[in-house]
Amino acid sequence: MPARTESACPQPRAPKGEPRAPTGGRPYRPFMELVSQHTKNIMEGCKERARRAGLRFEDETLEYLVTNRDLLELTPKNMIPTLYDYWVHDVEVLKEKGRYELYPGNPYETVINTRPAISYYNDNNPDWMNVMIFYHVLGHIDFFQNNLFFRHTWDFDLTGQALADKRLIASLRSRHGRWVDYVIEFSRGIDNLVGYFDELARIYAPGSGDRPTRLDYYFDVFLQSERKVRITDYVKEVNRYNDCVRRHKELGEQTFFADTQAKYPEFEALYLKSLESKPARRRDLLQFLMEESDFLNREENAWMKPVLQIVRKTSIYFQPQIRSKIMNEGWASYWHEKLFMQDERICGHEVEYARVHSGVASLPRVGLNPYALGMRMFQNIEEMADKGRYSNTYQRLHDAESRHRFDLRTGKGFETIFRVREDFSDYLFLSTFLDQEFVDRHRLFVTERRLNQERMVWEYVVTSRKAEDYRKMLLNQLYHPPRIEIDREKSAGNLLYLVHRFEGKPLVQEYIPNTLLGIEFLWGGPVRLETSEAVRAAGSEMGQEGEIEWRRVVYEMKERKLSKTPLF
Amino acid sequence: MRDYYEQLKKRGISPDLEEKIRRELEFAGSHDLPSPRGAFARVPAIYDWNDFSALMRLERPQSPYTTNIRSIDELLERDRQREVDGFPRKIRVGKLVRPGKGDAGKVVIVPTTVEEKLLHDNTFPTDGGGGGSGGSTGGSGDGEEGEVIGEQAVHDPDQAGEGGAGQGEGGGHEVESSAYDLGRILTEKFELPNLKEKGKKRALSRYTYDLTDRNRGFGQILDKKATLRRILETNMNLGNIPDVNEIDPSRMLISPNDKVYRTLSREKDYESQAMVFFLRDYSGSMMGKATELVVSQHVLIYSWLLYQYEHQVESRFVLHDTEAREVPDFHTYYNSRVAGGTRVASAFRLVNEIVEEESLARDYNIYVFHGTDGDDWDSDGQEIIPELEKMIGYANRVGVTIAEHTYSGIGATEVERNLKKSGLLEGRPELVRLDVMGEDADESRIIEGIKKLIS
Repeated sequence: MPARTESACPQPRAPKGEPRAPTGGRPYRPFMELVSQHTKNIMEGCKERARRAGLRFEDETLEYLVTNRDLLELTPKNMIPTLYDYWVHDVEVLKEKGRYELYPGNPYETVINTRPAISYYNDNNPDWMNVMIFYHVLGHIDFFQNNLFFRHTWDFDLTGQALADKRLIASLRSRHGRWVDYVIEFSRGIDNLVGYFDELARIYAPGSGDRPTRLDYYFDVFLQSERKVRITDYVKEVNRYNDCVRRHKELGEQTFFADTQAKYPEFEALYLKSLESKPARRRDLLQFLMEESDFLNREENAWMKPVLQIVRKTSIYFQPQIRSKIMNEGWASYWHEKLFMQDERICGHEVEYARVHSGVASLPRVGLNPYALGMRMFQNIEEMADKGRYSNTYQRLHDAESRHRFDLRTGKGFETIFRVREDFSDYLFLSTFLDQEFVDRHRLFVTERRLNQERMVWEYVVTSRKAEDYRKMLLNQLYHPPRIEIDREKSAGNLLYLVHRFEGKPLVQEYIPNTLLGIEFLWGGPVRLETSEAVRAAGSEMGQEGEIEWRRVVYEMKERKLSKTPLF
Repeated sequence: MRDYYEQLKKRGISPDLEEKIRRELEFAGSHDLPSPRGAFARVPAIYDWNDFSALMRLERPQSPYTTNIRSIDELLERDRQREVDGFPRKIRVGKLVRPGKGDAGKVVIVPTTVEEKLLHDNTFPTDGGGGGSGGSTGGSGDGEEGEVIGEQAVHDPDQAGEGGAGQGEGGGHEVESSAYDLGRILTEKFELPNLKEKGKKRALSRYTYDLTDRNRGFGQILDKKATLRRILETNMNLGNIPDVNEIDPSRMLISPNDKVYRTLSREKDYESQAMVFFLRDYSGSMMGKATELVVSQHVLIYSWLLYQYEHQVESRFVLHDTEAREVPDFHTYYNSRVAGGTRVASAFRLVNEIVEEESLARDYNIYVFHGTDGDDWDSDGQEIIPELEKMIGYANRVGVTIAEHTYSGIGATEVERNLKKSGLLEGRPELVRLDVMGEDADESRIIEGIKKLIS
């Protein structure tokens, strides 16, 4: 096995039963152990076969055995053994208000996206089962290391990074005591609002092309923000430009700006100035606080910023995981199914395997199973692409019979699913590939629960078999944190004004006070949050649903007191 | 129930009240207990799945209760410190409560906390249906559009009550502990004033230590006679003793389990001196939050009494709609569903009857706690006041909690009006206490309420 440095490995290996030095008042506990050489050999065999089949992943992986006790300690830490300590990890945390919205890290996973990837196993798994799990795990690792939504996690090892962070926090704690925990608490309160996509966009940003051209600047910025012209005048300008191009061909733009120079002499200077200024970078709330908060930028509070940074970084790291749950599980299931049956080492265990596999990969009568759904979608995509059905010709066919027989034998299926696993996230995956044919083929439907008052039972009713509705239902359940933006214009003086962009769902009201309290602490001044709340029309008591009306309200947290005022 | 309604009508009732009564009359439902755990299978959502349980059948471990209690002192100290630092407390207790059936001393408690964030409220009913309890989900297989493909017994008639009465959402997160621990936490955390020792008799406990318990396998003193008897029995079963008249002990096999020991055990020898009656309105109007509130308050009081009096408080449980009935254990009391009309006096009357029949007043300190939403068909208090007056003749304290519905307006409930009118609150403040809170009160308000009731 390859040698590792201490930082890359969560806990050094030790003989079984040897007690660990007590840390933070915890009881003595043996180390986590690596799997046996025998099991490791099986894993290495799986890797070879998986590579031959086309999966791509780094050579090294770490497999640990875990006990229930280990799991108890690992789960609050997103399975990262080296994550910083925080007292909330030791307490039972209530999550019924939004367990996955609160903890997008999906805290109970077998394999974590570290370098080398770490995976956890039950002590007494039989070999054939480990073979299946190893293929599944390799599917995940391949996904982590190739899906572009994970790009920002590729260049460093989280366990090592986390260990450094943990030490930093421990040393801060020795100096600042409980205040470190307050800062962690308040930063974690807004760590779901991190600009994950902005972070990705920064990585994938095209070179200098993001500077506006003179033309774009004129129409998009100058006329609208600087001159604030009326629409009729704006249209006139557009027409003038079109005229110029029509009359002067290539020289059209030049002529246009020559005329413009006469009209608005200040334009050229403004444009050049705009090129000098840095393009506006979108910042999430944590970044904004780190850069702009007077409180955090005071010298005596400077130590808080690394804490915010750690919380933010950790959150961003886990963002893609929950946004690709269906794909990731589907991809892993697709591969463990495919590779397991080809593996000659497991002969004689097909029946046992089939039992476990069918439990994992069968579509439930009611409910959603990401393994089953994702796996079938990948299989479907492969088949569709193999037959060349992602083509205009096929899409334009209306005759059911000829659609059924349509097969160009392009053999592009394999290539296609690999591309899909690289470029898609759950949202795109579902909205692109979940079509009516798929829904019909697997007899999927949307079901709703309704109350039968007389018999006091919940009835499950099939409400729709349309792909559109099924997709909508699924998309509705995907992880989606609220979009909270900083309104610079309304933030006057030391006031911080946040705007919740309303998307049909209100915020969990009872969480607002403490979250705002935290933001106020970090900001060092009053904080307002503009959001929407439901006002039910009359006749809504006793459980009857009235019409919902939405009203914009502003919460204000000032000197740790919360007030609420309607906006209009 | 209908008869009582007719009777009331003759006496004359306001249209407002009549409306309330009608609503309760029409409310379909029964007081049955929710079906046992496990019958309610949660429909799995996308993010409920993970490799451990799917592939390895390794369920998420539950923290043993000791890990949570171990650090409780530290946690509470931290929580106190939070208040000093100017932040609200964060540790909650007694949220996940589910008393076991027949084992009245058991409640499930856990110090819990919440990490608040700005989140979308997915339980909010929207057109698309959220991931929430009432929302839509996926399925596969047969079934026309509009067809009912399956059903599930309703656990809780009021969907609002997650983690509330008879529900305790998050079955996977509970740990068991005795109410005693909750009481300990309560007493420490909230610094509840202790109940005064009323009456001539103090609750008194005596423990004797005696070698009475027998234990197989290990213990302090080997009980030779019993052990021999067991050895013989085993060997006879094994066929090791061919002739009873000629026993050869050297051939006998001795299993470790045959050794019977006497162990030193603590024998509790006490007289219970306090009797607490818990009364709960479980009429139809108690639907939802009101019940949750009353029940959680009673759990807290109950646990705290257990702690304070070291299991020497006897508790009796009475549920009432228009009729009152005594239920045998906290489980039933806690979990019974709401339905039916409201006649508060019936519960008071039943308590009076019980006390009289069993002549409890002579030997016990008697406490009565009543929880209601304040609705009462008996609008002018003709029935309730005489019963209450009778009750305070013997009771050490009667505490009434009203969880007001948001729609009923402040101070407008019948029970509150009647109690105030009776003058008992002012006249006998040491005996009768009333606490009115909104049905959306939080836990700290509930604790406040307890202080008010028992101080």
